[in-house]
Amino acid sequence: MNRHGPIPPIGTSGLPFQAARPHLSSARIKKLLLGHPALARILVIIALFLLWEGAARWWVDPIFLSPPSQVLTSLDTVFETRGVPAALRVTFWELAVAFAMSVVIGLVVGLAVGLSKFSYRSCMPIILLLYGTPQVTILPLFILYFGIGPASKIAFGVSHGVFPIIVTTVAGVQNIKPILMTAARSMGASHWQLFRWVIFPHMIPSFFAGMRLGMTGVLLGVLLAELYVSTAGIGYFTQMFTQNFDPTKLLGLISVLAAMAIILNEIVRRAEVYFARWRMD
Amino acid sequence: MSTRQDRRVRFASRAVQFGFLVGLMALWYLGTAYWGVSHLLLPNPVKVWHELKDVLSTGEYLPDLQVTLTELAIAFAISCTSGVTLGYLISRSPYMIKVFEPLLAGIYSVPIILLLPLYVLFFGLGPGSKIAIGTTISFFPIVLNTIAGFGYVDRIFIVAARSMGASDLQMFRYVLLPAALPVILTGLRIGFIIALLSILGSETIASLAGLGHKIVHLAEGMETARMFAYIAFVVAIAATLNTIASALERRAQRQ
Repeated sequence: MNRHGPIPPIGTSGLPFQAARPHLSSARIKKLLLGHPALARILVIIALFLLWEGAARWWVDPIFLSPPSQVLTSLDTVFETRGVPAALRVTFWELAVAFAMSVVIGLVVGLAVGLSKFSYRSCMPIILLLYGTPQVTILPLFILYFGIGPASKIAFGVSHGVFPIIVTTVAGVQNIKPILMTAARSMGASHWQLFRWVIFPHMIPSFFAGMRLGMTGVLLGVLLAELYVSTAGIGYFTQMFTQNFDPTKLLGLISVLAAMAIILNEIVRRAEVYFARWRMD
Repeated sequence: MSTRQDRRVRFASRAVQFGFLVGLMALWYLGTAYWGVSHLLLPNPVKVWHELKDVLSTGEYLPDLQVTLTELAIAFAISCTSGVTLGYLISRSPYMIKVFEPLLAGIYSVPIILLLPLYVLFFGLGPGSKIAIGTTISFFPIVLNTIAGFGYVDRIFIVAARSMGASDLQMFRYVLLPAALPVILTGLRIGFIIALLSILGSETIASLAGLGHKIVHLAEGMETARMFAYIAFVVAIAATLNTIASALERRAQRQ
């Protein structure tokens, strides 16, 4: 019985171990990665973070860059800095108001311009001209007119967000097949019914595409104005952290803002997919 | 609709556009000259015109223009080279496209201007931080369009060229490049324009020289008339560069 030596405990003998091993073999990993690009993407992101961590720990002066682990663990100190939660609230509020105003103004102007051929011909070149002007050059003017408080940020955000919404709304209205309008009209649809049942459903997909572009514009406008001059918003704190050479808090604040931007973008994008679904067939 | 009626509508809409511009100018002039709008908030258009002539004739805009254009050239050169190279390498395999394209598109959707304070910390207030932000912002449309251009060439062309015995170089020169070029050029144009805008923006926010800095400097000195002149000058420069970029794009796409 003992000829082959003591019976090895389960799991340490060659055979069961061999059976478990393919989970770790490189061929298996390769196959797994090839089958799941998303997994590979996550690995790339992790690798980038490791690179950042290594760079911050060993190569770069700590007054310029701090490792992501430290940024993450000291996120709470960012929120504990006096005024930061209020500043984030102010910035979020500015974004929300600017976006709401862009949507309302953009929708009204877009419908007014798009629904009549004459107003389209007259106004569209003016709108495209304004859209093409680099608004960032007149940022100081916004501060001059609206002050250094939230009003100037909201106005600047609207100036960036409203034009994509107008342009896409006009495009959406223009794309309605004339036969649908004629048919509805000949069946005796009132103006309101025409809008509710023909124009509105056709406009929805491009309108939400415009809202997504508008959100990008509003984020850009509000953040630019915040960074330019700010007394209560996040621009004040980014400037303070930069001047104090405090990269940990600066990166923490930037991460929080980036997360905010991603969430807002994602909400609008989801809405776009949801409302465009009736066209999918 | 008859052509005559069509022409009348076109004429009327031109008249509306013209009237809008004239009305705006008239309102501006009357507001500042007679209705007592503070000249600190809105300078008289005649004064702005004189300031603009003064700025152009003395050539005092030259150093700032040179700074801004140099930053733009360097930023665009870097983002162009790295964007097209990386985009080409990624586009060589459908798997790499699946891995990297959503990643790059995801980063692109974050407002990258948020990195500006960080870049000011790294590269200082001088041209370095402007070049960095311009490069970062314009990199993404260029790389994404390069991937889209090279990555989605019709398979039939590639298979046909291969089966006719095209070498790798011939494949690139005669199949991939002509198919991808229009899309890449669009990316380059978008990248160029947003590099210009982000450089102007970052000069506005924190800088030592450049056109954006000049505008802020005048705004802080309450020299509004001269600031308006500079704004008009910068808008004209941006419009010119935009027109040149679009014309080059169209011309190259036609060939």
